[in-house]
This record gives sequence, C-alpha cells and structure tokens, in this order.
Amino acid sequence: MMNCNAQTNKAVLDKYLTLPQGSRVQATYIWIDGTGQGIRSKTKSLETKPGKIEDLPIWNYDGSSCHQAEGSNSDTYLHPVKMYPCPFRRGDNLLVLCEAYRYNKEPTKTNKRKTCLAVMEKAKEFKPWFGIEQEYTLLDQDGHPFGWPKNGFPGPQGPYYCGVGASRVYGRDIVEAHYRCCLYTGIKISGTNAEVMPAQWEFQVGPTEGIDMGDDLWVARYLLERVAEDFGVVVSLDPKPMVGDWNGAGAHCNFSTKAMREKGGMKHIEAAIEKLSKNHVNHIKEYDPNEGKDNERRLTGAHETSSIHDFSAGVANRGASIRIPREVSAQGYGYLEDRRPSSNCDPYSVTMVIVKTTCLDK
Amino acid sequence: RRYSQEIKNMEEKKAYSYQYFTVSSTITTSTPLTLLTTLKMQSHAQTNKAVLDRYMSLPQGTRVQATYIWIDGTGEGLRSKTKTLESKPGKMEDLPIWNYDGSSCHQAEGSNSDTYLHPVKMYPCPFRKGDNVLVLCEAYKYNKEPAKTNKRKDCLAVMEKAKEHKPWFGIEQEYTFLDQDGHPFGWPKNGFPGPQGPYYCAVGASRVYGRDIVEAHYRCCLYAGIKISGTNAEVMPAQWEFQVGPTEGIDMGDDLWVARYIMERVAEDFGVVVSLDPKPMVGDWNGAGAHCNFSTKAMREVGGMKHIEAAIEKLSKNHGSHIKAYDPNEGKDNERRLTGAHETSSILDFSSGVANRGASIRIPREVSAQGYGYLEDRRPSSNCDPYSVTMVIVKTTCLGD
Repeated sequence: MMNCNAQTNKAVLDKYLTLPQGSRVQATYIWIDGTGQGIRSKTKSLETKPGKIEDLPIWNYDGSSCHQAEGSNSDTYLHPVKMYPCPFRRGDNLLVLCEAYRYNKEPTKTNKRKTCLAVMEKAKEFKPWFGIEQEYTLLDQDGHPFGWPKNGFPGPQGPYYCGVGASRVYGRDIVEAHYRCCLYTGIKISGTNAEVMPAQWEFQVGPTEGIDMGDDLWVARYLLERVAEDFGVVVSLDPKPMVGDWNGAGAHCNFSTKAMREKGGMKHIEAAIEKLSKNHVNHIKEYDPNEGKDNERRLTGAHETSSIHDFSAGVANRGASIRIPREVSAQGYGYLEDRRPSSNCDPYSVTMVIVKTTCLDK
Repeated sequence: RRYSQEIKNMEEKKAYSYQYFTVSSTITTSTPLTLLTTLKMQSHAQTNKAVLDRYMSLPQGTRVQATYIWIDGTGEGLRSKTKTLESKPGKMEDLPIWNYDGSSCHQAEGSNSDTYLHPVKMYPCPFRKGDNVLVLCEAYKYNKEPAKTNKRKDCLAVMEKAKEHKPWFGIEQEYTFLDQDGHPFGWPKNGFPGPQGPYYCAVGASRVYGRDIVEAHYRCCLYAGIKISGTNAEVMPAQWEFQVGPTEGIDMGDDLWVARYIMERVAEDFGVVVSLDPKPMVGDWNGAGAHCNFSTKAMREVGGMKHIEAAIEKLSKNHGSHIKAYDPNEGKDNERRLTGAHETSSILDFSSGVANRGASIRIPREVSAQGYGYLEDRRPSSNCDPYSVTMVIVKTTCLGD
C-alpha cells in the first residue's frame, strides 16, 4: 500500500499546474516549530512579485498548534528573512524563510536565528565559513526504512556507502529530485552520496558564510520534506533510527575562518580545537534540540562516531569528535570537521556556538 | 528436429511457467498503473517516475553535477557520489581531486580512512543530461600509493610501454538480471524455466526477460560516447550480453567500467538487480564470462596469423598467471564457471582452436580463413577487472614477460 500522497495522480496535478495564474504570486512562509526540529509552512497570495525582502509582509499563525503558545494567546508572528524561487510552483512564486516572534516581540524559544545572526555580525571580520553534511533516512509509511524487507533487515553494512544498483540503494529518485530543486533555488548544495546504512543518504550545503549556513540548510530540509512527500516517502532526521549494527545520522559541520584558510592556518585550526576541547559539554547541549539526549543514542564511539562523553581530535580520524582532513594536514591550512552535531540539530545553534567558542572566546 | 525440440520446450515451459503466465494474462492495457506497480516491484520502481521527471525539468543554472565513480575494495563493486561544480569543466584538469571514506568501501581503517579520487576520464551523464558529467576515477591511499584494487595505474604503464603494438580489445560482457529475491528476473518463483535452447538471441515474452533495461542501457552508452558495439540475449534466460570495442589500450578498461556503472544505474531505475557473478545458477545453466577479443597491428595485417599463433604459444605458457588475473579472487570465482561444459574450457587446461567454443582461446573461423585478424580469450570471468585482463594479455604477448 503506497502512501496516499503517491496515489494522487500526478498527471492530473500537472494539468492544473499548467494553468496560468496571472500577475498574482504565491509566497510560502516557512518557519521552525516549537520542537526545534519540525518545519511548518503556509501560503499567501501577493498582488505582485516582490522585488526585495522588505516587500514581504509580516504575517502570523496559530502558535498553540505548533507547540509554541497557549490557545488563549496564540498569535505568533512571522518575520520574513530570506526569499528563494519556489521549485514546486515555479514561475514567480516564492519560498520565504521566516523567524518566529511571540506576541511580546521576543523571539520564540526555538527561534535560534536571532542570536545566531548577532554572533555572526560580531564575528564577521573572521569570515566564518561552514559546510554541513546533512545525513537522513528514508522511511516507508510504516516507519520501517524504505526498501528494507518488511519484518526484516537487509544484509549487513558494507556494500551501501556510495553504492549503485537496485539491491544496494533505495530512493535515489528522491535524492535526484531534491538536488535539482536546490540547484534551482540557488541553495549552495555541494554534493550528495548514498550513506553506510541502506535507505540513508547525505547532501552537503556549503561553503557558506555566517547566517547563510542556517538559512540554506533549513530551506534545503524543507525542500527534502516536500519532495519526499510528493513521492510518498517519509524523511527522518532522527540521529539513530535503527538500533543495532546500523549507522546513525549526523550533521557534520565543517568550519574555517579566514586565518585558517590561509597559508600557515594550521596553528589557528589547532588553537580552535584547543578551545573546543574545553567546551565539549556546552557544545553537546547545542548539537541537538534536546540538549544532548538525542545524540546520546548516536555518539557511542562505534559506527564512525566519537563517544558523547569524551572530546578527541585527529587527522583523517572518523572516530574522533573533530577530524582534520588529511589534505588540510598535508598543506598546513584549510578547515576542521566537527563530527558531533546530530542530524536533527538546529544549524543556527551549531554555527553560533562554534563561532562563539573559537572566535569570540566565550 | 530443432522445431520439435522447441515445441517440447514450450510444453515443458508451460508447465514450469504456469504461475508466470497466469499473472501475465490478467494484465491488460486498462490495468491501472497502481496495480501494476504493486505487482512485486522493488522499492525504486515504487517511486513515481513522472514525479521525478517533473523535478528533473527544473533548470539548474550554470552549476554542473559531476558524478565521481570508483572501484571499491572488492575489486568488482562500483561506488559513486556527486559534487557540484560552479561551471562545466572544459578538460580533465578542471576536475578537482576529491576523497571519500575508504573504511566504508573495504579499503581503509576508520582511524585513517581518507582515500583519494583522481579523475581520469569524463563522460556526459545520461541520467542528468545537460552539461552534467560522469567522472571515472583512480583511487589512491593516504600515502599516495594506488589502492589495492586500483589496477588502472599499472595497466596504463603497460599500455604505454606496448603502444607501438597498437593493442586493440573488444570485451563481451555477459550478465544476469535478478529479481529482488535473488532469483533470476522473469523466472517463475520457486521454480525454473524450460531448459536452455530457445533463449539465445531470442524474441518473445516467453523467451527473453528484461529487454527494456538492455535497450535503455544501449542508448545511454551511445549517448555517453562509450564504444558499445552490440547486444544480444544469452543462452540462459534473463542473461544478456553487451560488447564494448574495438578500443585501444587503456580505453578498454575505462569504457567497460563506465558501461558497467551505467548498467547498474539503469537496472536500479527499473528496480532490477544486475549480477556479474560468473555462475549465478547451479545446474544445467550457462555461466557468464567476459570474453576478451585481442589483436595487435601485426595480427590485423595480411599474414598476421603467425603473430596470432605466436601469441597463443605465449599464452599457453602462462595459463596459471592469467587465470589469477581473470577474476577478482585469483581464480576462485572462475572455478565455478570454467568446468569444460556449457561452452567453457576447463580451468585446469589451456587449449585453443578455430571456431571452438570449448577452448580457452578461440580463433574465429573467418580469421583462420583470411589468415589475419584477432583471437578471442574466453577465460575471463564476467566479474573480472578489465584493467587486469588487458594488462596481462599485453604483458604476455607483447612485452614477453
């Protein structure tokens, strides 16, 4: 039994989507809900195509239906922060990423963007660049990984990483469609690959500077949810979807400052690692939406992870908290890879705490 | 006598294939797509291809997707991942060296896993089209040495050394389609088709299984500029063959590996498994090989037969070392296939003969008749590494090693 969204006839949809819409434009407002990992959206018609972000009105929604407010005082505000062309409706239609604010003008609890932006502004002479490797798992509608035999398991991990062939990868169509959407919208998607567990995939966004990392990654996640929904397949950002000898999912964050990227930058990389080593616990708190409880199931020290309890760093070492890529070590400058963030992390929280610790000495 | 045998096969086949025919007879042109897609199809076939097409028609701007392809630590598995490039690469040097997690490909330890990808050849991508590319790569370890299963590096050196011989190759890649349960595609579940006889180069729904994949693959190879020279259905049902060649030197290995990659991707798109195992079905069923046709400039010219015979003489003295190079497990895979039956020679002996499909080396009859041409080495396994095969043939026959 296929998911209902896969059963609605797509040819019928295409017939309607070719209807001209006149000069009015549809803007999809996107925000992060009260869980800190869920994304919500709704659409507004605009009389004409907006030229700049300021042309987009502030809007509001029912925060009590998103775990963000009481029913008696539920209006929560959407402040547009970035615009992207909409790959679903095309034409002049848009996706609008928003920050959520409470009735008292304070950011909602899960609006991490406001403070992240302030930190990025403060640290802007460091020119902090990021690249996040977003891992995720495709699930069938019964919650079992997509393509796995029902009431059973595939053969052990080994043949699936970057695999090819019907017995090794499941759901490539979704990956391809998502990649194309990201290219269309201008998101800096830098690559994709099949991951170690079958039905698990990864896409990378970056290198981007400052606040763009969080913005692009959240919108890329939204695109993935929508594309998979179109195919009738569920996306999970859970960091350990399958218990047992199966890899978890992370959001490894690659990071550098201008100084690290220049010749001799290795000493800046090492200084940053030193600072990170002294702040392991408060970073872990920021690396998933539940202050480390989600990551506990994933960061065991096995399956190419470091243990959640210890901080470690090493060249080309996929079992360490921080990995220094081999070519970075060889040439003496480049970037570092923080392998601790969970797949369901908030990239605003992750990028903010990395910059605070390594650049702002907090 | 052949026709009555065929009718006998049909009777037997009907008995074996009852289950299959019963299912087929309920399918008509008005059967809804949803029913067809729920008929025991693999998960990929369950993702709606019309939905994918809609997304793939989105313009992608000037950025280009490059799929890096490499051979993993098994020596027969292919892996790939994609990188976005800011613009279309003009030449090989525009493609950056990349790296991957060798410990997830049986090629490195987790503590020291970065393995490097050196682009060696570019092909237009038949899946994403436009300016997107496939990039064949060589894998290198952290210490700059080639990965153990990177046979291309040594092959290239041998081809360089032997280049005045102008060695040409054509490989006949045989392979089998399997359903997701591991049983050959189209075969009745928990059963077998009628005996071999009607299937080789056949036509008709009761004789060939999976032609759509073969057709799609052929078109992809033509699009990508791979020198695919032909296809045919093989002796065992659900078994097929494509040929790549004639190509010179290193191009044989390059084109064949990329043709295999394309086959894996196309079959994946159809929800069917490709097996390069040399003996997928035990019993009175053919195995699968990668017969390697070979010639030097001297063999191709008038009077070339003496060069062909000299080469065969050298090959006869190196049977053991060639067998080691003809599958990824030093002969253990081929042992199950080269039995002396089913149009193979025995793995234990070296033999050659004109038009003899039971010999190690076959000299095609027209080559014998005109006195020049090429030879066919029928020993390599379907899962061989074509770099290993072409290298050892050239070493033995041209470089006198």
